[in-house]
Amino acid sequence: MYRYDQFDARIVQERVAQFRGQVARRLSGELLEDEFKPLRLQNGVYLQLHAYMLRIAIPYGQLSPVQLRRLAEIARDYDRGFGHFTTRQNIQFNWVALKDIPDVLEKLAEVEMHAIQTSGNCIRNTTTDHFAGAAQDEVLDPRAWCEIIRQWSTFHPEFAFLPRKFKIAVTAAEHDRAAIRVHDVGLHIRRKDGQVGFEVHVGGGQGRTPHIAALVNPFVPEAQILDYLEAIMRVYNRYGRRDNKYKARIKILVSELGEAEYIRQVEEEFAAQRPGEKIDLPASEVARIHAYFAPPALAARPALSKTLEAAKAADPAFARWTRANLHPHKVAGYASVTVSLKPLGVAPGDATDAQMMLVADLGEKYGYGDIRVSHAQNLILPHVALDDLPVVYAALDAAGLGAANESRITDMIVCPGLDYCNLANARSIPVALAVQKVFADPAYEEDIGKLHINVSGCINACGHHHVGHIGILGVDKKGEEFYQILLGGRADEKAALGEIVGPGLKADDVPAAIHRVVEFYRAERTSPAEKFIDTLERLGHARFQEALYAAG
Amino acid sequence: MPLVKGGAEIANDWTFVPDGAALPESGRFSVSFSRFLGLKLGQENGPLPDGVRLAPVDDPAQLEPFLPDLALIEVDFPRYTDGRGFSQAQLLRRRYGYSGEIRAVGHVLRDQIFYMHRSGFTAYETRRATVSEVLEALAEFTEAYQPAADGPGAAFRKRTGA
Repeated sequence: MYRYDQFDARIVQERVAQFRGQVARRLSGELLEDEFKPLRLQNGVYLQLHAYMLRIAIPYGQLSPVQLRRLAEIARDYDRGFGHFTTRQNIQFNWVALKDIPDVLEKLAEVEMHAIQTSGNCIRNTTTDHFAGAAQDEVLDPRAWCEIIRQWSTFHPEFAFLPRKFKIAVTAAEHDRAAIRVHDVGLHIRRKDGQVGFEVHVGGGQGRTPHIAALVNPFVPEAQILDYLEAIMRVYNRYGRRDNKYKARIKILVSELGEAEYIRQVEEEFAAQRPGEKIDLPASEVARIHAYFAPPALAARPALSKTLEAAKAADPAFARWTRANLHPHKVAGYASVTVSLKPLGVAPGDATDAQMMLVADLGEKYGYGDIRVSHAQNLILPHVALDDLPVVYAALDAAGLGAANESRITDMIVCPGLDYCNLANARSIPVALAVQKVFADPAYEEDIGKLHINVSGCINACGHHHVGHIGILGVDKKGEEFYQILLGGRADEKAALGEIVGPGLKADDVPAAIHRVVEFYRAERTSPAEKFIDTLERLGHARFQEALYAAG
Repeated sequence: MPLVKGGAEIANDWTFVPDGAALPESGRFSVSFSRFLGLKLGQENGPLPDGVRLAPVDDPAQLEPFLPDLALIEVDFPRYTDGRGFSQAQLLRRRYGYSGEIRAVGHVLRDQIFYMHRSGFTAYETRRATVSEVLEALAEFTEAYQPAADGPGAAFRKRTGA
């Protein structure tokens, strides 16, 4: 993984010193809250319902064991013993005191981490495929380009006060695990005639007006991609709406101009760049950064592990976990492991300090020092030998991390909701946990198969309800919480927005309604191999809607 | 309201003349973008200014033919959250080759000044910052990742010795 050199280290250190000064000026009253706000936001500090919340950047979801241990220490020493992993592959702490934040940032800097641009109207943490570097279907490891984009976007002097926040996602695999079509910019790395380039999508997003991104350019050669991104950013910075924060995202600019006119403006700006404006990143610098992401030296192993097969035969729970939580690795004899942060009854994405310590240890001992955060709010050990899976599972299970539910119905993406968040209209975690209970029987859940439920506590859609196969959206109607159900969303390469299927339900009615929809699917599917989303597509929404509202 | 340029506070010998007000016969002054273009194109008669003030919507491309005549371009930030002025300055410096003073006016806060400096600003009229704070802000970062109009060169160039 990437390691800081003198330049990275100095930039982060200077940022810590700068923010220490800003916090001191705020605490002394010299800075007004209104003026402090954009500064703290660009350091990941939000003022939430109960306290300040600190969001720490995990660039493209990549962590070393040392870094994850440091996060565990922060959870233990400055929070209440847990942290919350987010859909941006970041981590949030909800109970850190403002006066302590400069110290926390200093501790992060010691392990090459920071909270830069994790909020505010700037370019946020770039996200990617959580199996990057291990997946069989990628054309190259996208993390090097994510790191290049991280550096380019960090303290970019022109784009720190954009109309609104800006999120970039990168994938290099045919199956899109990074949800690039619902990002402000989605990049798909491709190879064409021996050249590496980027398919560029712009203007996707969720929130109150969800959009699937427009394909703006099918192939921008890698040597030009930063200049092309500059053109995209400049058109947005100059012409994005600033009169209404709800219409300020780039998706609104793209849709109001129309795709053709928007593309014309970007191409015109790109063509207008003079030689002195070009970033001109040397190929040697690209190669230098790629070298940090060289694949680990995985010892040759047989494709079939006798140890693994014996353990599966002996322990049905372990066998079920291997069926759910493993992803094929490009090297025979290895797998990528999903450590589910969605056990029953726990806020999705939460991990305790002890759990973080354990995963760090496992990553060090069995995972070649490589740990990822997925946008589905789980942790990943991308390179684990099949022979080691039984011992890894046993350790995880003993720590409450043995849930066998990756991409299953209880592996929900859920925002913090009204329990924590200022913006929320409704609680989301309690509803998610109530739905989880209906599907608590592991055999039943496995029979249902792949099914994404995403839950948001308001229309800002932090829980990605628009792109869940089933989406649940909390709304407030005259002081009472209601939940609208959406069907048919997906975030992958066939990205689609779910449709609201009818009037909202009371919280107590949601679990049974979801249960009816799932039972309808099980009755109608052509075989257990036909996934929920495929049955839904084949039959249409109307009959699922009937099931949803069938009198209980 | 201090005006800081070249590492020190300087006297402001420029006057901004609002639209509709009479133009002075002597002294240095700036006018709005539309009035500047009107005077240059002969739609209004009067002394020709060598200063102009850009609002966020103004397009620096239209100034290109007149840049050799300009000694001052003021970029107005009506609200600090409106970042269009950063693009205007970058365009003036890097695309159109303007080399005179670019001055940030309006809601200019201490903590934007480093970004302004890198975007090509050379003078800052600051509402709530002292001279020493402005100078402190300019020195807060000694390295930068990306090329820009001014300030530290890009880290990748230093790394590769390019």
